[in-house]
Amino acid sequence: MTIRDRTAIVGLGATPYYKRGRSAPQTLDELVGKAIIAAAADAGLEVTDIDGFAYFAGGFDTGALVETLGIPEVRYTATLTGSGGGSAGAVGLAASAIVSGMADVVVCVGGVQQSTLRYGAMPTSYAPSPESAFYQSAGLVGPGHMFALLARRHMHLYGTTREHFAEVALSTRANAMTHPAALIRKPLTLDEYMAAPLIADPHCLFDFCLESDGAVAVILTSAERARDLKRKPVYVHASAHGGAGEWGRSLYWMNMPDETFASSGHAAVAKRLYAASDVGPGGIDVAQIYDHFTSQVIMQLEDYGFCGKGEGGPFVASGAIRFDGGSLPVNTDGGQLSGGYIWGMSHIREAVEQLRGCAANQVPGAEFALVTGGPSNIPVSGLILRR
Amino acid sequence: MDQRMAKRPPESLFHLVTDAWTKPFWDAAAEGRLAIPRCADCGAFRMPPTPFCPHCRSQGLDWVAVSGRGTLYSYSVVERAIVPDMAQAVPYVTAVVELPDAGGVRLITNIVDAQIGDLTVGAPVRAVFDRRADGVAVPRFVLDDAAP
Ligand SMILES: [Zn+2]
Repeated sequence: MTIRDRTAIVGLGATPYYKRGRSAPQTLDELVGKAIIAAAADAGLEVTDIDGFAYFAGGFDTGALVETLGIPEVRYTATLTGSGGGSAGAVGLAASAIVSGMADVVVCVGGVQQSTLRYGAMPTSYAPSPESAFYQSAGLVGPGHMFALLARRHMHLYGTTREHFAEVALSTRANAMTHPAALIRKPLTLDEYMAAPLIADPHCLFDFCLESDGAVAVILTSAERARDLKRKPVYVHASAHGGAGEWGRSLYWMNMPDETFASSGHAAVAKRLYAASDVGPGGIDVAQIYDHFTSQVIMQLEDYGFCGKGEGGPFVASGAIRFDGGSLPVNTDGGQLSGGYIWGMSHIREAVEQLRGCAANQVPGAEFALVTGGPSNIPVSGLILRR
Repeated sequence: MDQRMAKRPPESLFHLVTDAWTKPFWDAAAEGRLAIPRCADCGAFRMPPTPFCPHCRSQGLDWVAVSGRGTLYSYSVVERAIVPDMAQAVPYVTAVVELPDAGGVRLITNIVDAQIGDLTVGAPVRAVFDRRADGVAVPRFVLDDAAP
C-alpha cells in the first residue's frame, strides 16, 4: 500500500506574514484559526467538514480549535515528534490518515508568533536537563550556534565559501523582490552581504532566516473527492520522515559520523522519498528547501541528490537555483530568508501555488515540487507534490 | 589576522543538572580529570553518556580517564549577544573537539585563551578546567602549542 497520488491538497489558507511581534493583538490560536478558515473557503468546503488535524513540532490544542471553530467531530489528531523537521512530513501524516480511512478532510496547520520567545534563543526556554548540559555548558544558546559548527566543517571538508552561502541569500532575495507576500523586498548585493555583521561566524546576518509571525494551513482530502472540489487538486505524490539513526539528536549531540556531520541529515529521507515516487531529483521542477540557514540549503541540495556530496557550493554558484535561468528554481517565494518564517509552512504554500500555476514567480509548466522540512534532530522530512 | 582573545560563554546560561549516567563526567571534571564512558562489554566509547551502548545494548560502563589532548573538529565564533546575558561574553568560541584516545568521540565545548585568528580546523588542543562559583567545573580547551 502506498499513499502515492491518493490524496490531494484542495485548500490553502494563510494569514499575512508579519515581522516578529507585529501580529499583536491577535493570539497564535487566532492566527491558526484564520488560516484554517481561509483554507476551507479556498477549497469550497465548510470548516465543519474538517474531521482531522495533522501537526508537527508539538502542534496545537485540537480541543480548543474545534471548540472555537464549531467542528462537530474529530476523527484524527496527531503530530509528528521533534520540531521544525516535521513540517513537510505533517502533510504525509495527513495523507496517511485519509488513505487509511481514519479521516476524510484533514487540515495540516502551522503557525508562529515570536513576540514572547524568539526561536533563535529557543533552547534557553528548555528546562536544564542532564542531556542539555553537554551543549549548554559551551554556550550553544540557539540553533544558529549549532548550525555554524556544521557549516564550518563543510567549508573545511569541501572548500565551501561564504560567497556560496551568499548566493543562497542573494538568489532568495531576488525571488522575494517580486513576491507580494514577502516581508523583505529590497535588493541585496554581495558587497552588502560581505559587510553584514557576523552573528556566529561563519554565518552573518543574511545567512539567518527572518523572525516572523503568521500561520499557514492546507486541507487534504481523497483524490476522488478532490476532483469534485473548487480548486485544481495538488496531489500528495510522496512523503517521508525520520532519518538515519546515526543522525539522531544531531545538533544536540554532534557525534554523527564524519560523512554525515556536515550534512542536513536528510539523505536517508531523500532516498526513501524518491523510492516512493515516480521521479528522482532530475524530475523535480521547483524546490522549496527549508532555509533557516543558507548553509543548510546547500547541504540539502546535496542530500536530495541535485549535486554530489560537497558540490553544493559550486552548484549554487553556477546559478542553478536562480528563478531566472536556473535548472532548479529554489524558494521562489523568497523563502524563510526573505519571504517569511512560518516554520516551514510557507514552503508548502509556495509549492501548492506553483503546481496550481498561480505563483507570483511561476516556473512554467511545473509538475513536480519538492518541499523539505527543517534540518534538525530526528525527524526530518520531505514531500513531493504533483499537479 | 583577528587578534581578539576568545572569551568564555556566560555562566548564568548554564545550570548543571545530572543523572546517574552523566554525573561521573562532571564529578571527574570537578577533580580536574576528563573522563569518558566506555562500554564495559564491547569497548566502544560514547559521548554524551547514555543508558545503553548503541553497539551492543549493554548497560555496563567503565569511566576512562583520557589525556585531554584532542583535535579541533569544528568551531564557530559567537559575535552577537542574542540574549542579554551574553553581552559581556562575546566573542566566545564554540567548538567540537575530537578525542583520539577515546575512540574519536567528540565533545561540544569552547576554545578559550586563544587568539581568534589562530584557530584552524584540525589544530591540536588540550583540556583545561574552568571552575565556577557554584563548584561546577567545565572542561574547555586551549590550543596546544606543545603538540608536535
Ligand atoms: Zn557495547
